[in-house]
Amino acid sequence: MGKIEMNEKVEIVNGVEVINGEGFQLSSLDKVIASARANSVWPLPFATSCCGIEYMATMASNYDLARFGMERMSFSPRQADLLIVAGTISKKLGPILKQVYEQMAEPRWVLSVGACANTGGIFDTYSVLQGIDRIIPVDVYVPGCPPRPEQIIDGVMNIHKLVNHESLRRRNSPEYKELMKSYNIEVNG
Amino acid sequence: MTNSTVEDYIPLVLQAIVALGFVVGTLIITHILGPKLRSKKKNSTWECGIEMEGDARFPVSIRYFMTAILFVLFDVEVIFFYPYAVNFKALQLDGLWAVLMFVSFFLIGFLYVYKKGALEWEK
Repeated sequence: MGKIEMNEKVEIVNGVEVINGEGFQLSSLDKVIASARANSVWPLPFATSCCGIEYMATMASNYDLARFGMERMSFSPRQADLLIVAGTISKKLGPILKQVYEQMAEPRWVLSVGACANTGGIFDTYSVLQGIDRIIPVDVYVPGCPPRPEQIIDGVMNIHKLVNHESLRRRNSPEYKELMKSYNIEVNG
Repeated sequence: MTNSTVEDYIPLVLQAIVALGFVVGTLIITHILGPKLRSKKKNSTWECGIEMEGDARFPVSIRYFMTAILFVLFDVEVIFFYPYAVNFKALQLDGLWAVLMFVSFFLIGFLYVYKKGALEWEK
């Protein structure tokens, strides 16, 4: 085994920028909330096949997704922030996935894990949905068949980046509503 | 022992106010800051992604409940026979009378249930 070298890709998290004064601390509400959200993303696993096994490994002690504040898996969409779709989604399962997504409260993100969820993968058949982005908007795609836990963690880190940079008004913006409309998802402000 | 006055408890009251204020304040602030979008599907009952069907409050037939609860009753009766069977000789005639009384109570109950037709499945 050779020596593992740290390259410049390693990012050190500095937290939220603050202005320190005598007896007070100032920051931007946007950034504080985004940081709070990013560090406590509650995932809703929609694991249907082998990618689900990799997801379980990611949640378990070796890879320990809990250190990103994702300890609590939510099996109800009401308290979930991140929908993790790991595995093959058949066309028959499509409406169910869509319903689960629709019942999640804003702000919500979607992580598509593995070739099947991304594109249908090797199942280029009549019964399998050729990518979940045909029915719900996806934020981050994780390639692989199935991807290793490291890749899933990389996907989660990218979700964190998105969460950290999301404006507080985004979910009420006309662009977001337009996006939902393009997926035939009803939203009323 | 030192004497304490009412004023000494003011810090405790303050702490309670701050604790309660934090909880209530956080609940209110999240409602103001969080985005709120509604739709018919989002507001409907969570049924693991499947469309909701019917109402949770509808009348169900009492027959199954009657059969099940009566089964439990007589099942428990049978359980009492086990210790009696073990101590059959030791309890002698007194035990026999006691058990016969116990069983006859249940038998009267059973006859009542039977007469009322609670065990008739198709009626």
